[in-house]
Amino acid sequence: MSDIKFSDDAMKRYDQTLKRYPEKRAALIQILILAQKEFGWISEEVADYVGGLMGYSPADVMSVASFYTMLHRKPVGKYHLDICRTLSCWLLGTYPCVDEMKRILGVDKEEITGDGMFSWNFTECLGSCGTAPTMQVNDRFFESLKPEKMGDIIEQLRSEAAEGKK
Amino acid sequence: MTKMHLVNIDKPDQITFTKYRERGGYKALEKALAMQPLAIQEEVKVSGLRGRGGAGFPTGMKWSFVPRNSGKPTYLLCNADESEPGTFKDRKLMEYDPHLLIEGMAIASYALECHLAYIYIRGEFEFVGKIVQKALDEAYDAGVLGASVMGKDYALDLHIHYGQGAYICGEETSLIESLEGYRGYPRIKPPFPAVSGFLASPTVVNNVETLTALPWIITHGGAAHAALGTEKSKGTKLFSASGHINKPGVYEVEMGYAMMDFINNECGGVLNGNKLKAVIPGGSSVPVMTAEECENTLLDYESILKAGSMLGSGGFVVLDDTTSMPHTLSNIADFYAHESCGQCTPCREGTGWAAKILRKMIAGKGKKSDIDLLLRIADMMEGKTICPLADADVMPIRSFLTKFRSEFEALCKE
Repeated sequence: MSDIKFSDDAMKRYDQTLKRYPEKRAALIQILILAQKEFGWISEEVADYVGGLMGYSPADVMSVASFYTMLHRKPVGKYHLDICRTLSCWLLGTYPCVDEMKRILGVDKEEITGDGMFSWNFTECLGSCGTAPTMQVNDRFFESLKPEKMGDIIEQLRSEAAEGKK
Repeated sequence: MTKMHLVNIDKPDQITFTKYRERGGYKALEKALAMQPLAIQEEVKVSGLRGRGGAGFPTGMKWSFVPRNSGKPTYLLCNADESEPGTFKDRKLMEYDPHLLIEGMAIASYALECHLAYIYIRGEFEFVGKIVQKALDEAYDAGVLGASVMGKDYALDLHIHYGQGAYICGEETSLIESLEGYRGYPRIKPPFPAVSGFLASPTVVNNVETLTALPWIITHGGAAHAALGTEKSKGTKLFSASGHINKPGVYEVEMGYAMMDFINNECGGVLNGNKLKAVIPGGSSVPVMTAEECENTLLDYESILKAGSMLGSGGFVVLDDTTSMPHTLSNIADFYAHESCGQCTPCREGTGWAAKILRKMIAGKGKKSDIDLLLRIADMMEGKTICPLADADVMPIRSFLTKFRSEFEALCKE
């Protein structure tokens, strides 16, 4: 992990992001999002790099990152499945879906499958209670889940990965 | 029934600038730009519009707290951090009619003499944010945003800012801290954001639904809005209906609509023909209502308050008679324990202990004395913290325990 450095494209987006704010600090969380897209998760090295770039101490950067659950502080799978456990999703059967997902993936929450492809965790309300249960996978939602649909979703993600989509 | 938010929501091409414009979009902004900013504020006051994020504070009054000529810039922040369990209306608005939000924000910005505004969208809604960003790009290209808004000598920049998974950031001072690039710790008020908010400048934070009501109000006039609804709850309200119902979804009804009609008509009745047991009418943080309490209650701020709950965000969760109330409360308590920011001791400790006791209870290891212990914890949390998150946990705890006490007792030994 010694090559922590934004690509040219990320550097361009870094500059564009900073321009949207009257003060540089306001961009910090957006830059951490960018960093996570680049490096996968917010390691100490990443916090160090972002801090160096923006002029904040790594501890300061990490204290912000650690407040926000979407900023991962350990590696996750290529596809990270966040399944909602809150009220309406729970009422309509989150847990049977989780059991099926665990059976298929063979890993517990916060673990990564051997091929590095999947990890999963519980998340709190995803604001999609009308299509409960809901699951977030990277930057999209899968809604109205059913235990028997979990296998199809995981297969779909596998084939997308095979086709080189992200 | 009059609609102002969902008029074009079912038209797939509504997200494009061209179609939005063809259907009369941005005409309200044109009209507003020909008015004096303070005249718009007055129109909003007359409309009786109240903040739709949950608190129900009069929008025109909130705006009027902003000092004019403070020498500092004024900021408008759209609260699109929708995370109150049971609430999913703002997602619908942004995903299917993003220009309506842009138009509402442009009207509000002009009225507040604000030149830089942000939409704070929860990070989980990145796919929704992409739709909004596309609409923003179109609005810039069409001259609706930028150096000269619709040809007028008025500049406005509007950007998206993503949250990263923190319910607390829906609280407006926490949202501001987060926008400034810090942990989302709520601030002590006063000073209120209207005086000292984002970057210590005058700031207005309005919910998506509040802002998307503005084009209709400007088009039809504040008085027309005030003629809708009840004496104190004006206009329409979006309800996010979920849980044990046949037709979950987002519905717009005039304030004062009968709750049971809403359940039987819009929601399509209780799932599987089961009996109604309870309703959480305004997101998980409001007191639960028994089926009997729902009987003669209307959907407006005052009626729901009188019936012992709150309209809140309109996150309307229906529970049928198969529901275990202790399990439901435990699920809700886990949410608040997870989302407490940890800044205030009564909340950090109280939400945690309440969640632990309830977990123990549903595992069959509770004692009857735990019920009163939970109520004592609730007393120690309520009103003793910087922001209302602790109260948001207290309201379900107290209402579930008092209204369904026998179910909790049946689970406990001794």
